[in-house]
Amino acid sequence: MTNVIVVRLPGVLVDLFPGAPRRVEMSATTVDEMMDGLNRSWPGMRDRLCDTSPAIRKHINIFIDGERAKLGTRIPAGSEVFVLTAISGG
Amino acid sequence: MAKRILILLGTKKGVFIAESDAARKKWDIRGPYCETWPIHHAIGDAESGTIYAGGGNEWFGPAVWKSTDLGQTWTHSSEGLAYDAGEEPIKAVWSVAPRNGHLYAGVQPAGLFRSEDQGQTWIHLDGLQKHPTRKDWMPGGAGLILHSLVAHPKDDNQIWVGISSAGVFHTADGGETWEPRNRGTRADFMPEGQNYPEFGQCVHCLVMAPGEPDRLYQQNHCGMYRSDDGGKRWESIEAGLPSTFGFPAATHPRDRETLFLLPLNGDIKGRYVPDAKAAVWRTRDGGQTWQDLRAGLPQENAYFGVLRQAMATDRLDPSGVYFGTSGGVLFASPDEGDSWQPIAEHLPSISSVETMVVER
Repeated sequence: MTNVIVVRLPGVLVDLFPGAPRRVEMSATTVDEMMDGLNRSWPGMRDRLCDTSPAIRKHINIFIDGERAKLGTRIPAGSEVFVLTAISGG
Repeated sequence: MAKRILILLGTKKGVFIAESDAARKKWDIRGPYCETWPIHHAIGDAESGTIYAGGGNEWFGPAVWKSTDLGQTWTHSSEGLAYDAGEEPIKAVWSVAPRNGHLYAGVQPAGLFRSEDQGQTWIHLDGLQKHPTRKDWMPGGAGLILHSLVAHPKDDNQIWVGISSAGVFHTADGGETWEPRNRGTRADFMPEGQNYPEFGQCVHCLVMAPGEPDRLYQQNHCGMYRSDDGGKRWESIEAGLPSTFGFPAATHPRDRETLFLLPLNGDIKGRYVPDAKAAVWRTRDGGQTWQDLRAGLPQENAYFGVLRQAMATDRLDPSGVYFGTSGGVLFASPDEGDSWQPIAEHLPSISSVETMVVER
């Protein structure tokens, strides 16, 4: 496996996909690839995190090494990627 | 055989289910389901016994939820429930309707989808996006929403939809092409002399008389209407009502002439029940005359509204009538509106009310 990363998923997301863990180790070089990888393991997860613009959904934040990322952002090997839900809604 | 009556509530924070036996005297409330997502519409498919709930939330977008065990467990999907890349993404599902093994979903921004596998995957019926008038549809205050979905009881190719601030449209070819059907409905918000446009009317709720596609009713932002030819021509039936404004309409399960409305005081007057006194209005003659039904409903300090999909009837005899308020109260009448009582209080704001009768 190349470019191994660790993805941290929010509890409110894993509640939607029974069996999905909070911590995922996977291989991906961009956020877009990471989304596809998550979707392969848990079909439908990409739809919950990305819209069809295509873009990361407005109220979802992806952080890599403390920096907010977009779909095209590259992920250095060994990174820890945080998927967070924004403070929003009602 | 004993019956179970389920009232399916779409709320701002999930689906709730009220359940009773055929006597409809004691109700048990359960929920919230669907991970407390905002649910705009929850319906029961009488053929399969499946419950579907359409909605969406700020974080994760749109989805249709599904339960095959009367609400105990749920799954969700939105596969295919999307516009092409570059278009404004779908915010939420606003209406769901089963018909002959198919399932339809109306979404915001306005569009129509069909599922042929019980909500697992979705196909875009893109005729509304291609409609020549589409570029001129102006979203209303809540957005450009396909909220009313009326399928022909026998002909799968015929569907009527109600789109807020765009009007009523009809397809006879399964969603390929659409015809505006708004003739006779008023648009008070347009300049003088342009109040009866071909499209652009703000329909709030579109319903069909039981099994009779020629007879349609609509509560509009600007009046109340009946059609006797499938929406080709509409006639005002607002005389005798306290207001021209309101959201929900519910038909009787067997009588085409009986309709229930819940008028609100007006679009810029607060959108609560007139004079803060709650009443359901019933006609028994297709809208020629109206009777206000107030027994058991609050007659002072009632400042709630009732949204477009938040009133329904059941198919028992006499029919039960139900409505849910913006303040989270569910009112029920077991006698076609003659008497009322609250059967659930302190729920989240109620977006939709539908019924399902199942044999035990």
